Amino acid sequence: MPISPDDLSAVWLTLKLAASTTAILLLLATPLAWWLARTRSRWRAAVGAVVALPLVLPPTVLGFYLLVSLGPHGPGGQLTQALGLGLLPFTFAGLLLGSIIYSLPFAVQPLQHAFEAIGARPMEAAATLRARPLDAFFTVAIPLARPGFITAAILSFAHTVGEFGVVLMIGGNIPGQTRVVSTQIYGHVEAMDYAKAHWLAGGMVAFSFVVLLLMAMLNRRAVRVMM
Amino acid sequence: MALRSPPAVCMLATMLLSAALHAATVQVAVAANFTAPMQKIAEVFEKDTGHKAVLSFGSTGRFYAQIKNGAPFQMLLAADEQTPARLESEGLASAGTRFTYAVGRLVLWSAQPALVDNRGDVLGTGSFERIAIADPRLAPYGAAAIETMRKLGVLQRLQPRFVQGENIAQTYQFVSTGNALLGFVALSQVMVDGRIAQGSAWVVPAAMHTQIRQDAVVLANGKDNPAAAALAAYLKSEPARAILRAYGYEF
Repeated sequence: MPISPDDLSAVWLTLKLAASTTAILLLLATPLAWWLARTRSRWRAAVGAVVALPLVLPPTVLGFYLLVSLGPHGPGGQLTQALGLGLLPFTFAGLLLGSIIYSLPFAVQPLQHAFEAIGARPMEAAATLRARPLDAFFTVAIPLARPGFITAAILSFAHTVGEFGVVLMIGGNIPGQTRVVSTQIYGHVEAMDYAKAHWLAGGMVAFSFVVLLLMAMLNRRAVRVMM
Repeated sequence: MALRSPPAVCMLATMLLSAALHAATVQVAVAANFTAPMQKIAEVFEKDTGHKAVLSFGSTGRFYAQIKNGAPFQMLLAADEQTPARLESEGLASAGTRFTYAVGRLVLWSAQPALVDNRGDVLGTGSFERIAIADPRLAPYGAAAIETMRKLGVLQRLQPRFVQGENIAQTYQFVSTGNALLGFVALSQVMVDGRIAQGSAWVVPAAMHTQIRQDAVVLANGKDNPAAAALAAYLKSEPARAILRAYGYEF
């Protein structure tokens, strides 16, 4: 069997990480993207730039700074210790935090564009029908921005599955806790065990293709229903 | 014009050719753990021989994949002895050019002073949460760390606390940032001018594990390159060995 139990546990961990990251990112990114799309605050440009920053640093560099800042001498590490959470590097929670930061722009930007495309008028129309702002947000803005949500979910999920440098740095390659598919494939390649690497990489590409295809089809249907 | 006459052209060509022969350039793939000493060696090599060594640093496994797929390297300074042997048996390296350029020493190190005693007893008694090692499948230093812990009878106890660096450089980062209280790293990483620069350390006795031999080989691309042969010879010379010693390597 070219796929070992170790590989399977890496696959399971990757799916868990990608699904949790996507869920948390959609929750965090929705209010942030809404604010960015609607605000006239002078902080808008600065916040937008900060959101895009994870794209700038190479992943291993980003991972290195996470390792330093979340370590026992870093500000993040001192905070998590004071909160009784212990240290995050080398834990699943640490990977989750790293993935959320790393994929943040991939969730915020599609949502922001979707909200901007809706414009102010549907919300104003809802207000004239006496819908309260929060009510209008959930019944008007979110359904209209559905393609944006689907794009944000696809990108966050796929980006987390393909994440490598950050995980390598703050993960510590612990089986069942922080060893994901990408680091496992990398390990096979570095150990010159190419057959195992090909199987796992092939499986990951095929699986991701199916998921992305399904989501794209879902997206098209959603658009057609709305038309 | 004078250059038109055949003898002049011949002479010029000979001059250029011999200049090229005297000062050739060799493209070297160097194991990441050997980065710092190799930069110094390349500098004195150039001064002493006139040849130039262009260095690329990376992991041995990645270099293997690149060399197999046509990378232009002419010499490999590997982190292990298996990879050069494998390249030779696959016809990608020049036969009979393999040699051990350095023997690495393993050290148990912590960035905290007075944490690691000079017999490694902390492994059996310490209450640390994590211990960093290099991935034993990828890095000889990781395999040597496992061997050492097995010999000390502490492997079972410590295994759940392992965090693994992809290579020895990352393992060092885990320990130096304090994310792992201690770890097995290379002596060359913590030694400056023949002394352990900071923290506390136990230099693991050589008898505790299989020797960490780092082999070099001239690759098929570099077979006829005089600079490759010169560098191979230079690595065994006294100036190079003085640098190796200062970094805690043996040979």
